Amino acid sequence: MDIHEYQAKEVLSNFGVTVPPGALAYSPEQAAYRARELGGDKWIVKAQVHAGGRGKAGGVKLCNSEAEIYEATENLFGKKLVTHQTGPEGKGIYRVYVEGAVQIAREIYLGFVLDRSSQRVMIVASSEGGMEIEEISAERPESIVRSIVEPAVGLQDFQAREIAFQLGIEPAMTQQMVRTLKGCYQAFSELDATMVEINPLVVTSDNRVIALDAKMTFDDNALFRHPQIAELRDKSQEDPREARAADRGLSYVGLEGNIGCIVNGAGLAMATMDTIKLAGGEPANFLDIGGGATPERVAKAFRLVMSDSNVQAVLVNIFAGINRCDWVAEGVCQALKEVDVDVPVVVRLAGTNVEEGQKILAQSGLPLIRATSLIEAAERAVGAWKNDLDQNTRVRAVK
Amino acid sequence: MSILLDRESKVIVQGITGKIARFHTKDMIEYGTNVVGGVVPGKGGETVEGVPVFNTVKEAVEATGANSSLVFVPPPFAADSIMEAADAGIKYCVCITDGIPAQDMIRVKRYMYRYPKDKRMILTGPNCAGTISPGKALLGIMPGHIYLPGTVGIIGRSGTLGYEAAAQLKELGLGVSTSVGIGGDPINGSSFKDILEWFEEDPETEVIAMIGEIGGPQEAEAADYIKNHVTKPVVAYVAGLTAPKGRTMGHAGAIISAFGESASEKVEILSAAGVTVAENPAVIGETIASVMKKNAA
Repeated sequence: MDIHEYQAKEVLSNFGVTVPPGALAYSPEQAAYRARELGGDKWIVKAQVHAGGRGKAGGVKLCNSEAEIYEATENLFGKKLVTHQTGPEGKGIYRVYVEGAVQIAREIYLGFVLDRSSQRVMIVASSEGGMEIEEISAERPESIVRSIVEPAVGLQDFQAREIAFQLGIEPAMTQQMVRTLKGCYQAFSELDATMVEINPLVVTSDNRVIALDAKMTFDDNALFRHPQIAELRDKSQEDPREARAADRGLSYVGLEGNIGCIVNGAGLAMATMDTIKLAGGEPANFLDIGGGATPERVAKAFRLVMSDSNVQAVLVNIFAGINRCDWVAEGVCQALKEVDVDVPVVVRLAGTNVEEGQKILAQSGLPLIRATSLIEAAERAVGAWKNDLDQNTRVRAVK
Repeated sequence: MSILLDRESKVIVQGITGKIARFHTKDMIEYGTNVVGGVVPGKGGETVEGVPVFNTVKEAVEATGANSSLVFVPPPFAADSIMEAADAGIKYCVCITDGIPAQDMIRVKRYMYRYPKDKRMILTGPNCAGTISPGKALLGIMPGHIYLPGTVGIIGRSGTLGYEAAAQLKELGLGVSTSVGIGGDPINGSSFKDILEWFEEDPETEVIAMIGEIGGPQEAEAADYIKNHVTKPVVAYVAGLTAPKGRTMGHAGAIISAFGESASEKVEILSAAGVTVAENPAVIGETIASVMKKNAA
């Protein structure tokens, strides 16, 4: 789960990380008022969306007066911010964060990630702050400092000092840097984060170390023990269909194609998408309905897939292990009677009791297209879509 | 032989009194697995499917001589159960549980390292379907009848995709020495490389099949190991060619976040290491069969 910058800053400041004074606003009037409260004569107004690259996309503005703040935020509220991380549909701006500007002497990149090679928490830092980490690793790889934290004892002072010196931090500011690093690590480990990124972490001209931006991602599997973090969820930043799927215990990712997929198991779901592509089609979604393909889950899956207006054919691929094919087949038939599906449906069952399953599908009287192998299923789905497309364009044109 | 699990393995089920655990305990016993007991704190003295339940893994090991464990415990408590097994002297543990916090798994792995290598428990999973040595024993939730006994060693991250591969092999009359699910989580007990070491040493395994997917460095690390240490032929399939970057595809670990983590990059890295790559999931079985034929010639 992602949270907003202002939330991440509040979380991190509770762990001893210094952040600029700032306040949240839900309207231009409030933004201007917040600036007056904060004082000073230069402010940064930042759109709060769950994505990086906000600066380049026009979501961050430097303002010199309350009038400028009003104008800048008026142009942000209600808009969709499109950055390289949001996809073309962008993310809605409903909150802005107003911060007092600081005098920057230098910018540092600081990230904490789960390193899958060492299977531990890794700190990634670079003296080239302000750039995206992908750009840094492409253009200035030698500037990157990495350090792995021993989980039994946590981040030690010497490690934090090593990082500070490698980044060329002035000795007078080493302690501030150590406090920042240890604070981030503590927040990461105590709150079950999977990512903490401060980009940039700045050294100000008056020798302070300040987190100018902050991003945190949390482990969904650990939210049960952090209710105060779970509350920070902002559904306005999520894809509505994916959020609805997650609430129903299904794992769904929307894609660009038009062949809807309903599969049990994540690996098989990806393999099914790949086979559709191989057969000349494009998958409309990834959907894992879980190991047990109960009739209720299959029905929910059909509703979800059919809510995507791009879907012009559906491929159901279930490998029944412990749950038998005959039972899964009954579930599919029941779901098709409940849910209005007006596109061709290809069903491929495999595993336990496959013959009985096929028989149930054949005798159901439903207009199903059956397939036995994965490749056959994909080819039939693509074939049905192309065929149906020709007929439907006519039908829809007449309508 | 077969690896990790055979007829002699004495198995306990942690969390045996749960509905799903009961069901699979029965299934494992019917398959021929030597299930000797279960562990549920506070339920010691009860009996499930004819086997005794103990309060602690230590008691279970002492009373039954158990050396293998299947963890069926809900996510908040699963890490604790794995560590309990490691401390009680269990040699091989499979964790089925999906949804264990990543940092719990970091702690589990750190905890296991306190034992010298010859005393250290081997863990596969979490978030996997388990391990099966066909015709001998089953430690997991997979349908036993889709596997024929044979000489193909399978290592896979995904449950149902692994079934798909086994079913394709069965269709061709080919069997499996052992199939090991390593699970779809970012922090897992054993990697492809760890299990490759076992299969390389196993006289019953002729060819090794790796079923990978997007995300993480473990396929690339395996490629590096294969190049330098594996003499047996290796076949691989990597799922997720159509998966977009930066999105989690069902498994917590299936996300492309760095170079070398996409399916096409993994295919390239594995091919360069001499691995025969099945181009699509429909030909995993055929590809293994043709490699075996070439190997026999």
